[in-house]
Amino acid sequence: MSIFEYNGSALVAMVGKNCFAIASDRRLGVQLQTIATDFQRIYKIHDRLFLGLSGLATDAQTLYQRLVFRHKLYQLREERDMKPETFASLVSAVLYEKRFGPYFCQPVIAGLGEEDKPFICTMDSIGAKELAKDFVVAGTASESLYGACEAMFKPDMEAEELFETISQALLSSVDRDCLSGWGGHVYVITPTEVKERILKGRMD
Amino acid sequence: MECVFGLVGEGFAVVVADTSAVHSILVHKSNEDKIMVLDSHKLIAASGEPGDRVQFTEYIQKNVALYQFRNGIPLTTAAAANFTRGELATALRKNPYSVNILLAGYDKETGPSLYYIDYIATLHKVDKGAFGYGSYFSLSTMDRHYHSRMSVEEAIDLVDKCIIEIRSRLVVAPPNFVIKIVDKDGAREYAWRETVKDADVASA
Repeated sequence: MSIFEYNGSALVAMVGKNCFAIASDRRLGVQLQTIATDFQRIYKIHDRLFLGLSGLATDAQTLYQRLVFRHKLYQLREERDMKPETFASLVSAVLYEKRFGPYFCQPVIAGLGEEDKPFICTMDSIGAKELAKDFVVAGTASESLYGACEAMFKPDMEAEELFETISQALLSSVDRDCLSGWGGHVYVITPTEVKERILKGRMD
Repeated sequence: MECVFGLVGEGFAVVVADTSAVHSILVHKSNEDKIMVLDSHKLIAASGEPGDRVQFTEYIQKNVALYQFRNGIPLTTAAAANFTRGELATALRKNPYSVNILLAGYDKETGPSLYYIDYIATLHKVDKGAFGYGSYFSLSTMDRHYHSRMSVEEAIDLVDKCIIEIRSRLVVAPPNFVIKIVDKDGAREYAWRETVKDADVASA
């Protein structure tokens, strides 16, 4: 089994009209065994920037701690929050530092940039950025997620419709993947508020 | 075939470990205590390679004591768990420890807690957790009978159910188990469940 499939994960981020949504599954497993059904994969960097980390859970936790540290230092020096594009470049650099002994993670970065324009991107475990205008996916269920998102996505959705779309895409994809699932965690971010919701899907 | 499991009840946390020290087909001793008292209100149940297990848990115990000497107050359970994870994570890509840990503790402000830390430094706060082949039996038994805020009697009853399950269904099941509990009055040994007693050493 690949090291990326050791813990199991599913992540998706989608762009809407002046808003974005980022969603993950909640399973923490050790190969075939489920350890927990409330594992958090999406972290808040600041009010308008969220980071999702799929792949090996230990590296996701280490990477999150390193990135939060770097962002806090940035905040102290610059007296402002990082732009999503800048943060994506930071993550890419941090991952490439370990080019010949990498972190086994695939990050998904989602944020609101200048003039409330949503920004999403993903990258591989050594920091190759993939920018997208519509949606990005990561994790063991990524192939199913690509299909589901391509079918369900429409440009310029409002926050409520975006929530419905991303939830359905996530749940239908993780139902086809034995290593991810046990519910969902969805964040919908608009310029004025951050809405966090827990989904109850097939618990198996 | 080491079995370690634990759960959180109403105002306490209990951890159970088998007590066999095994080398290939030989049982060196069957009263090896694998649950270390970290400080007055913390227990660390460890399973894995014997040398690493003792070395690593003693290292953590001494560092937790050092913190208390330096700062005058003890570490919280969450802080101790994160410190343990940090040490495992730092060693992971240099000189990894093959030790799986269940860290149980009681804090005055937050009550009892149980942390699952596997050998590759994945940290997760859980209500019930288990390691080893015994986990296939104890986790399912706990899933069936566990509910939040169990009393000590109910929890020990569940622990006994798990031990019966392990003894009857695991092919080379360990004969003896030790049960330790931590609550507001501190961390202490609760009971042993023995089916085989080591022969008394003949006097010289």
